[in-house]
Amino acid sequence: MKYLDEYRDGALVAPLVEKIARLSAGRALKVMEVCGGHTHTIYKHGIEEILPDTVDLVHGPGCPVCVIPMGRIDDALALARTPGVIFTTYGDMMRVPGSKGSLLEAKAEGADVRFVYSPLDALKLARANPDRRVIFFAIGFETTAPSTALTLLRAQAEGVPNFSIFCNHVTIIPAVKAILDSPDLRLDGFIGPGHVSAIIGTRPYRFIAQDYRKPVVIAGFEPVDILQAIEMIVRQIVESRAEVENQYTRVVIEGGNGKALEAMMRTMELRPYFEWRGLGFITHSALKLRPEFAAFDAEALFDVPGVRIADPKACQCGEVLKGTIKPWQCKVFGTACTPETPIGTCMVSSEGACAAYYNYGRYAMSRPGAAAGEETAP
Amino acid sequence: MCLGVPGKIVEIVDEAHDIAKVDVSGVRRNVNIALVREEGAEVGSWVLIHVGFALSMINEREAEETLNYLKMMEAEFAGEMEQFAQSQIE
Amino acid sequence: KEEFITLSHGSGGKASHSLIEGVFVAALRNPLLDRMEDQAVFTVEGARLAFTTDSYVVDPIFFPGGDIGKLAVNGTVNDLATSGADPLYLSLGVILEEGFPLSDLHRIAASIREAADRAGVQVITGDTKVVPRGKADKIFINTAGVGVLRRQGTISLSRARPGDRVLMSGPIGDHGVTVLAARGDLELELEIESDTAPLNGLIRALLDTGVEVHCLKDPTRGGVATALNEIAMHSGVSIALDEINLPVSPEVQGACEILGLDPLYIANEGRLLVIAPPEGVDVLLRTMRNHEFGAGSRIIGEVFTEPQSMVFLRTEIGGTRVVDMLAGDPLPRIC
Repeated sequence: MKYLDEYRDGALVAPLVEKIARLSAGRALKVMEVCGGHTHTIYKHGIEEILPDTVDLVHGPGCPVCVIPMGRIDDALALARTPGVIFTTYGDMMRVPGSKGSLLEAKAEGADVRFVYSPLDALKLARANPDRRVIFFAIGFETTAPSTALTLLRAQAEGVPNFSIFCNHVTIIPAVKAILDSPDLRLDGFIGPGHVSAIIGTRPYRFIAQDYRKPVVIAGFEPVDILQAIEMIVRQIVESRAEVENQYTRVVIEGGNGKALEAMMRTMELRPYFEWRGLGFITHSALKLRPEFAAFDAEALFDVPGVRIADPKACQCGEVLKGTIKPWQCKVFGTACTPETPIGTCMVSSEGACAAYYNYGRYAMSRPGAAAGEETAP
Repeated sequence: MCLGVPGKIVEIVDEAHDIAKVDVSGVRRNVNIALVREEGAEVGSWVLIHVGFALSMINEREAEETLNYLKMMEAEFAGEMEQFAQSQIE
Repeated sequence: KEEFITLSHGSGGKASHSLIEGVFVAALRNPLLDRMEDQAVFTVEGARLAFTTDSYVVDPIFFPGGDIGKLAVNGTVNDLATSGADPLYLSLGVILEEGFPLSDLHRIAASIREAADRAGVQVITGDTKVVPRGKADKIFINTAGVGVLRRQGTISLSRARPGDRVLMSGPIGDHGVTVLAARGDLELELEIESDTAPLNGLIRALLDTGVEVHCLKDPTRGGVATALNEIAMHSGVSIALDEINLPVSPEVQGACEILGLDPLYIANEGRLLVIAPPEGVDVLLRTMRNHEFGAGSRIIGEVFTEPQSMVFLRTEIGGTRVVDMLAGDPLPRIC
């Protein structure tokens, strides 16, 4: 497949790994990949295993499914159970548990919950069912928010009164800043999110390089992209530079996508604060619809419980998200907390560090010679 | 965080609503290209698709440059491996 | 709290297995059932028989490459044949929704006849029920089947041994993507058709070579990943797959990239997994490639001792990852 297969070519991998090993020369380095999509690629292709042991990848908070707090899932369930509602959502959210079950279970109990590929499909459902009220469960970072914004503008222009949006879009920079400010954290560099940057460009990350002196390299989503980005980060560290570099030049440009940012600005505004599952409350880290779109805002049209549910006590996701512990070092990993019975944010979606590790990484742990609590390369 | 897939625009389906048909490895679907019209998206352009929207154009020249750089690194690496293999240490 | 059936219980993955174990095996436990193979094999008056059953609730009921009737025949024929049996007779149970057009029923009945003739079996008994509108989705079909084992030796999910090779008869995921596209709600257009096919001819050709075969399985719901996990657990072995050798058509690859799905978990309906000792693999591969339903056959993996009951994938770039059994339904994802 064009623009994919070329960047999965095993032949290009060995030289990159060798360069990383030579440049890092045995120094222990902790690099965080912020984006859940990168976490997925790292595990899907087994990248951690071919990296030198000294380079440790820490999985960041960039998974829009995992960070949604339980209280918001309960709100979604309440909306889905409202008579006359068709509740539409991305497939990712179907199995995410709130405090009283998941959307999949609500569907089993009679709620009309349907998964869609695109918000435009939800709008189409609303046109096709004028007597029903269609709600779209909007999640995602700045990559996905413009699609919701354009769908909303289309709904307004065409006057589709029975369509509304339950807006849970989040922004990446405040979460990264929260991680950088947490005392118990030691990170040497960041692999920057690829598709968020296609929208917001590369400038918003400058504070990480200037104020925190940490290198940032925006990366694509294929194995060769990620390995090249790690090579660029290690080279910055060795040359004691701290800059924002762009590896994903085929897609990301410095200014991002002006039209997308404009659509977001026109329809959404920052929430004073928003709770992130596993990370607590972060100021100005999420979006809601502007007041002039109240006619399409599910939080205005329906009464949403809005009850805050604390993360389960046994859950150590906050520490996993900051890289202070590895997934398998969490007390409930693989026992009480599994992909079928997820407790914490990191196990909830296939992007989350613990789910990705449970599904993909256990092999490395189970091979003879892999001491418990330690992951060794083959 | 956000699944994006490269696709080639094969047809403009609805000019007014910015809807185009794209092809991804033989699979075709209508997507909204409003966000890339100003960058000159047209039939034959390659775009990045996410939840039914084209988020950005794919820059063919940049893609090639990245690959050429990596292939050069591979050639260098292969050269080193060859020297290593031929070097007999008596 | 009161638990309910969810769609995941029907996915063929972990949720399905825990439902079967927790409800049915717990209630009905007996030596034949407990083997949990794709068919039961037993002896009556000296004759070794194979017996199986399967239900079909596919939506839409007509799709490129077949329909619910053809699926119902091939599925049961394949579950019989993968024990080494020659399929003989089928039963046909049909549940119809009030208002279902008779013309569609005629079309399905003709398709069942054609598929039965193609597989060399006969439908010899059956039953029909009608439920009020809305209580079923158009038509549900159950088929059961009986076959006879004429050859010595046993073929079972528990006979995989370290050193065996894993062979696959063709590209994976065609049926699942065909039905997903045919349903229409994802608005995907692609040239693809279901791989539904009777595998008893291909299996007979394989066994006629006299080469030893340990396991045969047709991976349906839950895909190749779930099928191999079942074998790894039954045989207490580890199975390694090589990503570079996995046959996936461009269309299935394209659809999976767009929807964020993994072809290893997408349903097939006419593909054969063969696990056999290395010595005879060349003969088996040649035999498969000479058969109509095995033209694309390849070696896709190997059986090891450790780590027990686990399936993993050796990736194109030289890493490895665990290939777990399907957790729930594969749903399109955005991240």
